[in-house]
Amino acid sequence: MLESYIPIFIIITISLLFAIVNISFSTIFGPQRPNKEKLSTYESGVEPIGSARDRFSIKYYMVAVSFIVFDIEVVFLYPWAVSFITLSKPEMIYSFIVGSVFLFILLIGLIYEYKKGVLKWD
Amino acid sequence: MPEWLIDLLIILAKIAVVHGVLLTGVAYSVYAERRISGFVQNRYGPNRVGPEGLLQPLVDVIKLLMKEDIVPEKANRRIHAMAPGISIVVALSTFAVIPFGDKIELFGRTIQLQIANVNIGILYILALLSLGVYGITLSGWSSNSKYSLLGGLRSSAQMISYELSMGIAVLGIIIMTGTLELNKIVELQYGWKWNIILQPVGFIIFLVASFAETNRAPFDLPEAEQELVGGYHTEYSSMKFAMFFLAEYAAMIVASAVITTLYLGGWQFPYLQDFGLPAIVTSILQVLTFSIKVVALVFFFIWVRWTLPRFRYDQLMDLGWKVMLPLALLNLFITALVVLLLN
Repeated sequence: MLESYIPIFIIITISLLFAIVNISFSTIFGPQRPNKEKLSTYESGVEPIGSARDRFSIKYYMVAVSFIVFDIEVVFLYPWAVSFITLSKPEMIYSFIVGSVFLFILLIGLIYEYKKGVLKWD
Repeated sequence: MPEWLIDLLIILAKIAVVHGVLLTGVAYSVYAERRISGFVQNRYGPNRVGPEGLLQPLVDVIKLLMKEDIVPEKANRRIHAMAPGISIVVALSTFAVIPFGDKIELFGRTIQLQIANVNIGILYILALLSLGVYGITLSGWSSNSKYSLLGGLRSSAQMISYELSMGIAVLGIIIMTGTLELNKIVELQYGWKWNIILQPVGFIIFLVASFAETNRAPFDLPEAEQELVGGYHTEYSSMKFAMFFLAEYAAMIVASAVITTLYLGGWQFPYLQDFGLPAIVTSILQVLTFSIKVVALVFFFIWVRWTLPRFRYDQLMDLGWKVMLPLALLNLFITALVVLLLN
């Protein structure tokens, strides 16, 4: 079973080599004529104001946190979905009820988030 | 030759073919994009280099290779160089689990037309999709430029939002088939039992989410030219920029291949196996069918880009969390109910 993953390791290795060769190619063979203006941060031609290492909207954190919660719940749904069709009738009814309760809790979480205004962008 | 060496050579040959076709496909989808946008906007597009401009991609690659590599002095050099690498590795490795044809018999060996036939195919694709976010986020942060940072942030928020609906949309198929193996999913779509017919809502959710995942219009906010210059790759030049460009178009082709495999019957041409053609002709026709479906989808991606205007960011987030996610959950619930009632 495990040997079916060998091609994946090979393709990732080859892709990595491709990336390294290409990224270093122009660094090694391209012209190198740096000057102060060229190396400064691009800001539409004017002198850069401040730095980009600054605070940004908290909304992005909110999205990331809700993503983690929901993504883990989606991961829990995968084994349930894979085994669903292999079950016998009574087992399937039980599995369906359990799955529905889980989906319902997921939905409640989403509605709670919505009501709290986490998903509001303005 | 020992047995394992032959196996290794077969794997390497398959990877060489897939990477070759993928990279050529990327070069020519860039060309196709430029020609089609020219057609849509009633102008010519590139038509000077070679007949009808067909050598344009080659010349572009040479140009990009010869350019100076500029790293802004305020940038975090190591991460700045690593980010395009992550993007391209993810884009090139996703194809490993996609079946582009049925088994073929060559020289007394059975060869699976798929690089790795693993039983967690769908999970592998979703996992690599999640890794793709790193390339973009890190490039946005490490450039230390405001445009890059905003582009990277927007892109990562957008990608993780739509990844949820994507993951739940696929669950509809998994419930019906009971497997995560992509080759089995294709085999089960025999005849006209394509998943697009069985799972129309899931298909639409997956398609829209793919557009968002690949940062293609109408979801191309990360690189909204009019406000963010180039988004997360503003501070990149030369081959590092080319890597992002390549990764973007490779991601588009891979997304088309994934949609084809999951919803459009993969390499299945309706009832082709019953025509009684020689096995090798059937295999060639199947690979051809797969390629045509992928090319048609890539054309669709390009067509949509030059037809629809861009979303506003709050509209994008509303669509992802308030429409697609509940719809995907409902789709999953109804699929489970139908499977329960039919058994």
